[in-house]
Amino acid sequence: MEKKKINIKILSFLKEKKEQIFNKESNYISAKESAKISRKNRKITNQIEKQRKRRNIPENEYITQMKNAENVVEFDNVHTYFFTDIGTVKAVDGVTFDVPYGKTVGVVGESGCGKSVTSLSLIQLVQRPQGQTVEGEIRFNSGEKVYNVVKTPERIMQTLRGNDITMIFQEPMTTLNPVFRIGAQVEEVLLLHNKDMTKEQAKEKTIALLELVGIANSERVYRNFPHELSGGMRQRVVIAMALACDPKLIIADEPTTALDVTIQAQILGLLSDIKGKINSSIMLITHDLGVIAEMADYVVVMYAGRVIEKGTAKEIFKNPAHPYTVGLMRSKPVVGRKVERLYNIPGNVPNPINMPNYCYFKDRCEKCIEACNGDYPPEFQLSETHFVSCYLYDPQLKEGESK
Amino acid sequence: MKLINQDTFKAFGRKMEKYWTRVGQGFVNAGNNCIRFVSNPKKFVSDYKQKKREMINDIYVPLTHNPENLLEVNALKMYFPIKQGFFKRTVGYVKAVDGVTFNIKHGTTMGLVGESGCGKTTVGRTILRLYEKTGGEVLFDGQNINKISKKSLRVKRPQLQIVFQDPYSSLSPRLPVGEIIGEAVREHKIVSPDKYDDYITEIMEACGLREYHKDRYPHEFSGGQRQRICIARALALNPKFIVCDEPVSALDVSIQAQIINLLEDLQKKFGLTYLFISHDLSVVEHISDTVAVMYLGGIVEYAPTVKVFKNPKHPYTQALFSAIPVPDPEVKMKRIILEGSIPSPANPPKGCKFHTRCRECMEICKVNVPRNLEIEPGHFVACHLYDEGAIAENKKLVEKNSATETAPE
Repeated sequence: MEKKKINIKILSFLKEKKEQIFNKESNYISAKESAKISRKNRKITNQIEKQRKRRNIPENEYITQMKNAENVVEFDNVHTYFFTDIGTVKAVDGVTFDVPYGKTVGVVGESGCGKSVTSLSLIQLVQRPQGQTVEGEIRFNSGEKVYNVVKTPERIMQTLRGNDITMIFQEPMTTLNPVFRIGAQVEEVLLLHNKDMTKEQAKEKTIALLELVGIANSERVYRNFPHELSGGMRQRVVIAMALACDPKLIIADEPTTALDVTIQAQILGLLSDIKGKINSSIMLITHDLGVIAEMADYVVVMYAGRVIEKGTAKEIFKNPAHPYTVGLMRSKPVVGRKVERLYNIPGNVPNPINMPNYCYFKDRCEKCIEACNGDYPPEFQLSETHFVSCYLYDPQLKEGESK
Repeated sequence: MKLINQDTFKAFGRKMEKYWTRVGQGFVNAGNNCIRFVSNPKKFVSDYKQKKREMINDIYVPLTHNPENLLEVNALKMYFPIKQGFFKRTVGYVKAVDGVTFNIKHGTTMGLVGESGCGKTTVGRTILRLYEKTGGEVLFDGQNINKISKKSLRVKRPQLQIVFQDPYSSLSPRLPVGEIIGEAVREHKIVSPDKYDDYITEIMEACGLREYHKDRYPHEFSGGQRQRICIARALALNPKFIVCDEPVSALDVSIQAQIINLLEDLQKKFGLTYLFISHDLSVVEHISDTVAVMYLGGIVEYAPTVKVFKNPKHPYTQALFSAIPVPDPEVKMKRIILEGSIPSPANPPKGCKFHTRCRECMEICKVNVPRNLEIEPGHFVACHLYDEGAIAENKKLVEKNSATETAPE
């Protein structure tokens, strides 16, 4: 009798536990389901990879026309997904914005909002085969031809990368190879992309580049190893590498996050100086609103893989429209502006798997209206350059209210 | 350096014990268990200690405890030895903290700011005696932390807690959250065993965690929630004083605001005292009552927050504050850009440590270490610019130098 009682107790306990696990918003998945998903994923990714790995892809598949000739890059409804074993993560889900020629575009957002994946899609460095750009076009104007980067074969991509599009990464120590001298690493870029350059010419150019980024004793640094330099100096070297081939576009992915405030000021000053000198566009990715305000001409605010607001820096900072942008600005303490209590956006970023089909920000939003229960809001135009995806600014709704 | 006593020889048997009475009195343990023979070991050891004290220049006026203050730090020094060679001899010191003096009143927050590598974290850890200090003294509630025995320190520990910078590496991945928070509670017997469960729940709810989070493991949480767990762990021991070592720098902006608000709420509720270490000046301005600015192991400016941010006096503070990016595209800051980077703390510059990067460097700065001056009540600055005596001396130095320059001609 007693044994039975205990058995029933254990069973009921297990049942309770099971219910706890499955009912709570956890993304728990059984091994069977996971295997099923991964089989499905492999089918999709294999197909895409097969398309990409064909030999002699005809040019008309990846050469297109720009919509506006003044832009360097046009992101057009880009979708970059990661096919993982627990489901499809829509890291970038329909991103549309332009980078005009000679301007700085700042991309802001919290971690995990897809800002880095957007830039990686542009230079096709997303981790394959799990990560794939499944939809949309990224048009890049290299001067002579316009490439649709998504469909460009690897062979041609290699001539663009480091030559026309370059990237400055967050951590300067991990960007530089610890076993090669600084000179060799900068020269490599030059020699790879300029076939008829001799070694002497490359050295001359390298030293000139190091001087351009404000390294005083460039002859000595040329022979140094990365570990012999300080963080600020390393980031300067990385910038020099990025500038080596006179790129059309520099992507700076959190260039100052790992640096101190004083060094950050040096590097930001350097970047804006250089932009004037070599006349190229910069795509600046950061979560620091202060850095964006100082550097950027245009600002793109991202949330959970989508662009929620874009416009000129003045518009975004003077009258932010989307509740998320407003919250983001209010939650950061500003020197000289004393507040009793910091504003905080309630809740967390939604789980990237199984995104809801209504506005992603709805659950955290304080200005929620009835229309928010509907589909994901389209972009509404506030001024010539200012767009926002929020039903609060829907002209039709406003008309209905006034009637 | 220690005398080798009779007991050590006892351990090797009776024969060795007899041996000690003959020659052992002359043996000295010269660090690293290298045994050395000297003729007068007692004098040798005391001489060595004196020599070491002179080497690190550990001279200070002992503090008298002021009951207003919870924590008083006086001329605190923390040197890390640089060891080299086969015998691992000490060839020099990294002067991570070099004479830091401040105090924190009950229920207030002090912000400690500075560049990375200036010794902020070391100050925090030395106060908690996670490192054994090299010189100076730390009074916590009138008691010298460094003089109490390990046993009584263990009793004291619950009152002094720390929240670490990185919530990803400071939580054990093998323990459920309830155990992470409760382990020390049980160990220190903060509450009776029958109230234990309710107490943990209460603490978790105060920090914005749910009861059912108890059985989960740290990897199931996001960064903000992990930092909440770290704060709950510190709070569960009923502390008086918490060192917050960059608690928000690894977090996103919107999560940062949540954690800062939580810290402020807890301070009001439990009357906590914080030492808030951060390199983010805007956060420090928001949360702290007094601010100390550190540069290369020393405090260059120390004052109430309002005074420092409105009217920074030290050239380094001015440069640091001008470098903060302001989220307003129309404001063009007059930025003071510091050239170069922070010098090595193993071989700091002579005189004022900041003189290599200072815009207003004078001759005297290269020679003399500036005194800590109180230019306004409560506003301390270590700079020759505000010291009339130093300026007068500087004039003399300049004249002298110009005289020696012209003399050979």
